Amino acid sequence: MHTITLREGADLDGFRQAVRRLAAARTAPDKVLWSVGAPSLFGDDATPASDNGAPIFLPQAVGQLIETVVCHSDPERYALLYRLVWRVLNGERALLDQHADPLVHRLERLDKAVRRDIHKMHAFLRFRALPPAPPGPDGGERYIAWFEPDHHIVEAVAPFFVERFESMVWTILTPKGSLHWDRQRLITGPPAERPDALAHDRFADDRFAEGWQRYYESTFNPARVNPTAMRAEMPRKYWANMPETAAIPALVRSAPARVQAMLEAEAAIPRRRMPEKAVAAMARQAPESLAELNRLIQRSEPLVPGATQAVLGEGPEGAAIAIVGEQPGDQEDREGRPFVGPAGQLLTAALEEAGIDRGGLYLTNAVKHFKFVQRGKRRIHQSPTAGEVKHYRWWLMTELGFVRPRLVVTLGATAALALTGRPVAVLRERGPMAFDGWNGFVTVHPSYLLRLPGEEERRRAQAEFVADLRRASALA
Amino acid sequence: MDDALIEKLGILADAAKYDASCASSGAKPRRGGKEGLGSTTGAGICHAYTPDGRCVSLLKILLTNHCLFDCVYCINRRSSNVRRARFTVEEVVTLTLGFYKRNCIEGLFLSSGIIRSPDHTMEQMMLVARTLRRDHGFAGYIHLKTIPEASPWLIEQAGLWADRLSINLELPSDHSLKAFAPEKNGGTIKAVMGQVNERIVEAKEERRRFSPAGQSTQLIVGADDATDRSVLETSGTLYQRYGLRRVYYSAFSPIPEASSVLPVKPPPLQRENRLYQADWLLRYYGFTVEEIASGGEGGMLDLGIDPKLAWALKNRERFPVDVNRADREMLLRVPGLGARAVDKILSARRHTRLRMEDLGRLSSGLRRARPFLIAADYHPVGGLTDRLDLRQRLVTPSSQLSLF
Repeated sequence: MHTITLREGADLDGFRQAVRRLAAARTAPDKVLWSVGAPSLFGDDATPASDNGAPIFLPQAVGQLIETVVCHSDPERYALLYRLVWRVLNGERALLDQHADPLVHRLERLDKAVRRDIHKMHAFLRFRALPPAPPGPDGGERYIAWFEPDHHIVEAVAPFFVERFESMVWTILTPKGSLHWDRQRLITGPPAERPDALAHDRFADDRFAEGWQRYYESTFNPARVNPTAMRAEMPRKYWANMPETAAIPALVRSAPARVQAMLEAEAAIPRRRMPEKAVAAMARQAPESLAELNRLIQRSEPLVPGATQAVLGEGPEGAAIAIVGEQPGDQEDREGRPFVGPAGQLLTAALEEAGIDRGGLYLTNAVKHFKFVQRGKRRIHQSPTAGEVKHYRWWLMTELGFVRPRLVVTLGATAALALTGRPVAVLRERGPMAFDGWNGFVTVHPSYLLRLPGEEERRRAQAEFVADLRRASALA
Repeated sequence: MDDALIEKLGILADAAKYDASCASSGAKPRRGGKEGLGSTTGAGICHAYTPDGRCVSLLKILLTNHCLFDCVYCINRRSSNVRRARFTVEEVVTLTLGFYKRNCIEGLFLSSGIIRSPDHTMEQMMLVARTLRRDHGFAGYIHLKTIPEASPWLIEQAGLWADRLSINLELPSDHSLKAFAPEKNGGTIKAVMGQVNERIVEAKEERRRFSPAGQSTQLIVGADDATDRSVLETSGTLYQRYGLRRVYYSAFSPIPEASSVLPVKPPPLQRENRLYQADWLLRYYGFTVEEIASGGEGGMLDLGIDPKLAWALKNRERFPVDVNRADREMLLRVPGLGARAVDKILSARRHTRLRMEDLGRLSSGLRRARPFLIAADYHPVGGLTDRLDLRQRLVTPSSQLSLF
């Protein structure tokens, strides 16, 4: 008979070492006696057993099950797990799929109990703020909690609390071990006793605990009282460490009377009369001027983060022609004005050539924020997606509604998409087009001209662009 | 946190509690790190349960319970005499962070009465979410109630910060909505659901963040004369057309300061429970609204038994089902067998012929499933499913929802 003595608590390392040795020696489960009693891992930095056996290969699901079940407080857990390992190594690789097998069924129940315990600790543990410590680098906020888990899960819950409360300094004390996090390191400590500060005065001097109880009382609906359902999910054993549960007896006791009072009360006569003016004013919520709309646009967040500022439209309200581009570029984003970068300069030149006064036009973009990827020092323009264009559409349409141009000229595919709501093949469909509610004209974006490779090609395309602008001007 | 703030919290939590939605699930994993605060886990956590059996997962409050609307079923309607209060944006932020740091909540569920205008109200709510995320690096869960009358851009801005958006339809038919909520409009509500759904789908395709946990809604049951069938038909449409994650059913419950238009007596809470069960059958068990409704009478579900058992009793010719042979679809229709038990059966029967003893380890609902099953060592004698008293034999007196 082999006797294996493991540490108190969840001794995964010790169990692993033992299993490797036992498996190597082909020792059957009924020849092994498992006991627990070696000093706890906590407060003891001895290294694990040194005679490393060779690793054994187990299906992933088995490994996961072992990791959880070793946390269980059942003294039989190691014996059950070794029986599982033995059978898996001896021809039953898919044993865990056999949910009806008594051993598998029992281990599944242990696994479930541990998971539930972990989940409940994540859920029901409450931190209390401690009075500020002597000034430290972290502003002095410190939190403490006391919790009594059923199983050896203190280390298993640590990642959750570190991840969630990484920016706080906190201590969790339990009878099965303790955790301390100082924003840098996690220190595991020995089992603790319930600190006096948490045992007595329920709210100590943390008024949030008091506020939380008020919240708990107020969110309860007396017309639906159902303490059985509550206890199924939040058994009594957890109540002692949750400040809000102090309210439960009174809430349950007073519920029937509160409901009766509601049913007996006659429908009340409204105290106030109809606030006609306010109700009517409600309907007038849309911005009433272009300036007001622009303030909204400036206040709102870019759909894709990064832009310095929203770039608003520019030009006189009532302009005969509104020109709609794609989105601000690098330079526009810095200066906060539309069409001032290379493509904008090209547009200005083309307008001059066509004999159109830029100052008389309304210039704007379909999308109001610059979207880019950073490459070293350069910010490389990224085309807006169809979804982004749609997001900005309401603003664009409202904006045009204030400007009321006779003709809307779209530059490039994005602007055409914004106005028509469908993808437009700009080169094929350039020219006059009816937009939803507007006389429109589709042409290319000047940045397209910048991208053309050959000098000759570019000259021709520019001439066509100028011709388009002339036609549009004539239409308006 | 001073007395005045605690007092306001009491009023504005009381005013928000009639919204049944509480889930904090579905968000993509996220963490606040050393500079921020919090994390989302995907599945969500219930941090407490109140004596009504409901979970407390999010800090569920209204920004204000002042309201210009006059929806009769609502305690906060403008003509109600309820006590009023109003939080500032900063106060909501303080409360959320304070409770979150004490591990009381997963995050915030913010709704509001309509003050000044729908746009103004929506903007204030959006500002709360934005302040939490941007100024405090808050990585917990945020659920924002969407005000359908607000401008589209505001709803879309809200989606940038929230994990979930929801718009309450409240009443299943346009006709009831008109009668009970004069400022609301079914068409507007559905248009916004469509808009939000479109943005969610796009954002997913374009790998942007927009209300990643989807959208949900709530229907009030028992305030109007809608049948269960029409409620479920509405839900079916909402799931299919607008990609909703959840439809919550809230049995109309008596409220203080009730309007005289409403029924005084509330519908049985069991009705809400049956609707949730039916909703589950609709989404995960392959049932159609028609099949579910056929289990009851006159478009109403049977309050005495769950809708799956009700359907099975009216379709006895399809039972008993052989657990060692039947396909997944049919196993899912056996009363007492849940989806998880069915999956375990399918996996276990590849290795062995299942007997009743095995099934007892695979499912906790075997008592109810027994008459509808055939196992290796069990065949219901004399056609148990033909017995007229089968219903009585399966029904246990329900004490769960009684007042005491």
